Amino acid sequence: MSRRLSYRDALREALREALLADPRVLLMGEDVGAYGGTYAVSRGLLAEFGPLRIRDTPLSELGFVGAGIGAAIGGLRPVVEVMSVNFSLLALDAIVNTAALYRHMSGGQFAVPLVIRMATGAGRQLAAQHSHSFEAWYAHVPGLRVLAPATVADARGMLGPALADPDPVLLFEHVQLYGTEDEIDEAQPVDIARARVRRAGRDLSLITHGGCLPLALAAAGTLAAEGIEAEVIDLRVLRPLDEATVIASVRKCRRAVVIDEGWRSVGLAAEVAARIAEQAFWDLDAPPARVCAEEVPIPYARHLEQAALPSAERVLAAARGVLGAGGR
Amino acid sequence: MSATLATTADADTLDWPPAFALARLTDMVRIRRMEERCAQLYGEQKIRGFLHLYVGEEAVATGVIAALTPADNVVATYREHGHALLRGVPMTAIMAEMYGREQGCSRGRGGSMHLFSREARLYGGNAIVGGGLPLAAGLALADRTLRRRALTACFFGEGAVAEGAFHEAMNLAALWQLPVLFCCENNGYAMGTALARSQSQTDLRARAASYGMPAAAVDGMDSVAVHQAASALASLVREGGGPAFLALNTYRFRAHSMFDPELYRSRQEVQDWLSRCPIQRLRERLQAHGLLDEAGFAAIERAADAEVADAVAFAEAGTWEPVSDLARDLLAAEPAP
Repeated sequence: MSRRLSYRDALREALREALLADPRVLLMGEDVGAYGGTYAVSRGLLAEFGPLRIRDTPLSELGFVGAGIGAAIGGLRPVVEVMSVNFSLLALDAIVNTAALYRHMSGGQFAVPLVIRMATGAGRQLAAQHSHSFEAWYAHVPGLRVLAPATVADARGMLGPALADPDPVLLFEHVQLYGTEDEIDEAQPVDIARARVRRAGRDLSLITHGGCLPLALAAAGTLAAEGIEAEVIDLRVLRPLDEATVIASVRKCRRAVVIDEGWRSVGLAAEVAARIAEQAFWDLDAPPARVCAEEVPIPYARHLEQAALPSAERVLAAARGVLGAGGR
Repeated sequence: MSATLATTADADTLDWPPAFALARLTDMVRIRRMEERCAQLYGEQKIRGFLHLYVGEEAVATGVIAALTPADNVVATYREHGHALLRGVPMTAIMAEMYGREQGCSRGRGGSMHLFSREARLYGGNAIVGGGLPLAAGLALADRTLRRRALTACFFGEGAVAEGAFHEAMNLAALWQLPVLFCCENNGYAMGTALARSQSQTDLRARAASYGMPAAAVDGMDSVAVHQAASALASLVREGGGPAFLALNTYRFRAHSMFDPELYRSRQEVQDWLSRCPIQRLRERLQAHGLLDEAGFAAIERAADAEVADAVAFAEAGTWEPVSDLARDLLAAEPAP
């Protein structure tokens, strides 16, 4: 039986389910308790689970993310919320120099079964220190699993498998998605090893994740009205990348546009495009294209912010570019 | 509460039972002989990378670790050979790790700076200065939440006190009353930068006390005093009093690492500290109490040398982890779909 749910409520339900299922699970982060979460994801959880399991932390990202790592190694299953991906840079040392390395560097003796959630992305006029997309920075690092729920169903179903994973998992929640709603069936655990085909097609692969998925789907809808069937791939696992799903789609469609809200240079779209070039070069009818954020700090003013970000129009223009190439 | 605990033990007293006292002397001699051999092996290029020796600082690990139980956790720095040894990691596994052998305590992945042992509850030599402090707070949070009666002894140098991680971890540990014994190994220099040249407040106890936790300082060249102070603070922590801080004032007799020309300190200063050698001090104290004679000390040294020889032979005979295992233990097996 399906029901209507918001992305925010789906995340809260998933947290609540995890807290109820396992006494080792706790949520910690800035303002997750009394305030109810910056994006209201954890509203009501403090009253239900108390301050030992819903822990408001001081403003010390390095300290509380590091403590979350230690608590995970020590036998708890912490979910650490970092208010935004920009702030997570204060905890980069703990995430990269401790969490990601720990299992390998200790010769397999210690695991870090930790989940770190953070808000990412632009579109709410929060200006340059709250609006970036650094998923690719983390996706660069061996030893991490990096997830980006783009749908309400994934927001509901990713946390369980992420907590069951014995390694550190980062969940990137796009700020534009918190308010989105969808009809979902009973909560299903999400396969956190594989990408997902969100729309089947044959003429063009649109490969994206997170907050750009709605843009890709909108562009695909416009193209469909013109008789062009775009396949939309939601990467959703940014590390380790599910290459097989991407390459299979590109081999079939022979044209690809990669859409990523991160900056273009040395980014996630660059990685995906490189893998396409390495593995599907002879299947391509056109060079892969990229739609990324402009390489500027995301500005406050609405028109400038929008100009800096990928849009359905820019996806369409890129799609038409690759469709026009190769003598179609 | 700050600065009210014993700062030094009377040089003449020895409250330790004879066997315990001899064991502590043996601990320090084992560390010293192992590391002196490591320095040689570094010269022979058997040990590579960075090698940071603890020579001179042995009383710190010896006194503190003797105050711990097997259920306690230890978080250490990149100068942690002695801590690993005294927590029960076999010298063979330590030496094999230095050689990069798969028989090493971290399978040869870590080397000198990253000794790990699940069995010994040794959560690593950490080569990020200050990186171990938040980790220790988290381990203590797990113990407290899971109602395990254990504390986490977190070792770090005085250089780490300047890091944000120190202050963030101290605040969290005090705020949440976590069972951490913060052990600041103050050897006077952050690599080559003297404490007074890098930190505005050089009274380390004051830094910790500002977070509302018991804080003491002790002569880190005196194993008896270290043990006394660590035991007192460990009791407070175990009784649920939250974290505590102990500054252990000590000195490394050797260079920071094997690449250090020691331009930043005088020969006279080193000579002055050499006269306070922690091994010599305990040895003299035991002799004064009639617990040790020359032959007894020679026997301790011989046993340590034999252990070192065995460890080197073990490391020499060790094997390399196959290159095909390079990505092993990066992640656990792929999660089921």
